[in-house]
Amino acid sequence: MMRRKLNVGQRLVLGAPYLWIGLFFLAPMALIAKISLSRPAQARPPYEPVFSFGDGFSGLVKKLGSLTFEAYQSFGEDRLYLDSYLNSLAIAGVSTLLMLLVAYPFALAMARAPARVRPLLIGLAVAPFWTSFLIRVYAWIALLKDEGLINHALMALHVIDAPLSIYATNVAVVIGIVYSYLPFMLLPLYSALARQDPALREAAADLGASPAQVFWRVTLPLSRSGVFAGCLLVFIPAVGEFVIPDLLGGSETLMIGKTLWSDFFANRDWPSASAAAIILLALLIGPLLIAERARLRADGERS
Amino acid sequence: MTGTDLARRTAMAAGFTFLYGPILILAGMSFNASKLVTVWGGFSTRWYLALLDDAAMLGAARISLEAAVLSAIIATALGLCAAVALTRFGEFRTRSLFFGALHAPLVMPEVVLGLALLSAFVSFGMERGFVTLVIAHATFTMCFTTVVLVAALRSCDPALEEAAQDLGATALQAFVLVVLPSAAPALVSAFLLAFTLSLDDLVIASFATGPGATTLPMRIYSQVRLGVTPEVNAISTLALACVALALGLAALATKGRSSAATDLA
Repeated sequence: MMRRKLNVGQRLVLGAPYLWIGLFFLAPMALIAKISLSRPAQARPPYEPVFSFGDGFSGLVKKLGSLTFEAYQSFGEDRLYLDSYLNSLAIAGVSTLLMLLVAYPFALAMARAPARVRPLLIGLAVAPFWTSFLIRVYAWIALLKDEGLINHALMALHVIDAPLSIYATNVAVVIGIVYSYLPFMLLPLYSALARQDPALREAAADLGASPAQVFWRVTLPLSRSGVFAGCLLVFIPAVGEFVIPDLLGGSETLMIGKTLWSDFFANRDWPSASAAAIILLALLIGPLLIAERARLRADGERS
Repeated sequence: MTGTDLARRTAMAAGFTFLYGPILILAGMSFNASKLVTVWGGFSTRWYLALLDDAAMLGAARISLEAAVLSAIIATALGLCAAVALTRFGEFRTRSLFFGALHAPLVMPEVVLGLALLSAFVSFGMERGFVTLVIAHATFTMCFTTVVLVAALRSCDPALEEAAQDLGATALQAFVLVVLPSAAPALVSAFLLAFTLSLDDLVIASFATGPGATTLPMRIYSQVRLGVTPEVNAISTLALACVALALGLAALATKGRSSAATDLA
């Protein structure tokens, strides 16, 4: 590949965003990696050794010697982090599957609606997404509480005698995630389904396929890219979700975002929290990079 | 055919009920005179009046708006530079590092980014407050503005720029006179996206800001945790009304534009 030298103007244009992400993204991430190799300390900020540019090279080497993998080791031993991870993955996985079940018929109905109303339908489906995330989660508290509207209505209809305790459980967290992330699933599904050529379905029907067969053998396989994109867009942020488990979940709801938050702010164990953050990052970005590479390779083979 | 029609309508009705039900109930509750969610005490605007007296809530709303405007301006400007570099500079050195660092925050959990920014501010010796809040918001919204602007600049034909330069324009003039006008809608949507993300953010703000600069989501969050007050319903409904108004105006504007276009044709 040709690499040409950039002129002064181009360097300035590139330099501004580069400097910004260097200072406020790359340096902070490097710091997190560094803190994860340190020990908790009583002084503020609560970790040791504190990095300082004044120490010179020999000081730096000495500091490197004092780095420790303790935080990573305790990660394997401390069940809290491991459990939080597994629980986050489980909750995100269940939510993603449920969301697929909710969003697919909805997206299909929108994609098959008359072309002139489709932009309106999409607008209506995405509009709640533009309202505050917090407000939407908050609305569910009023619905799910023991003395909330759902329990109130069910008891008034004599469906149940005692209130269902949904609020402050994992079920409430799943409901909250499904509700809050629905547009992320809906849009990729809709665009994959709306792109499909109706002639393919007609051809399948002409060849004798029943409507169910047309769906399973034509519509669903052709929407695979939308399903994949939607699941990815929902699953990854759901794993690291903090607000929903904190507001809708209970004491038994272990999610990694919540654990990280309390370790940083309540326990002030910065090294452990940083190590967990680095591992979480690797776990989430790793598969993404592999998927991207696989996509590139598949593209290369086709052309 | 009517069978599938019915199925389609049912799916659509169920979907929209699920999406709008909770929001409408919330809005309804804000006019409830009773403090209890399940008891209807009659129509009242007392929670809205209480809101007007709540200086802390209004102050938080102001800080949120100011931080959102400032950080969105910075994020749009930086995003434009980044997008120009990514689409017009070819293969410069460390391009993949640049690309990766710009896109990583998109997949990163907010708690991790917040944590990283907090430890950076502590290490840099920066006092946490409004300035660090704006910096943090500009950093995470910049990824989104870059994605929007890269897409816009890619779809703008480079031949137009070359033609302008052949006719004697400098590279800068060609960019300002040819590319920028066609990218203007993307600049507006990038700004609005950054503005909305900043206004809505709770997690990164909690890490990045100090005692002097509490944002509205932080305020609402602490209120919800301390116990639900109908005042939060009221401010939520006001926020919803603003969004609905903005969406309605946007719809009217695009409708006006498309009918103007058909008038011309």
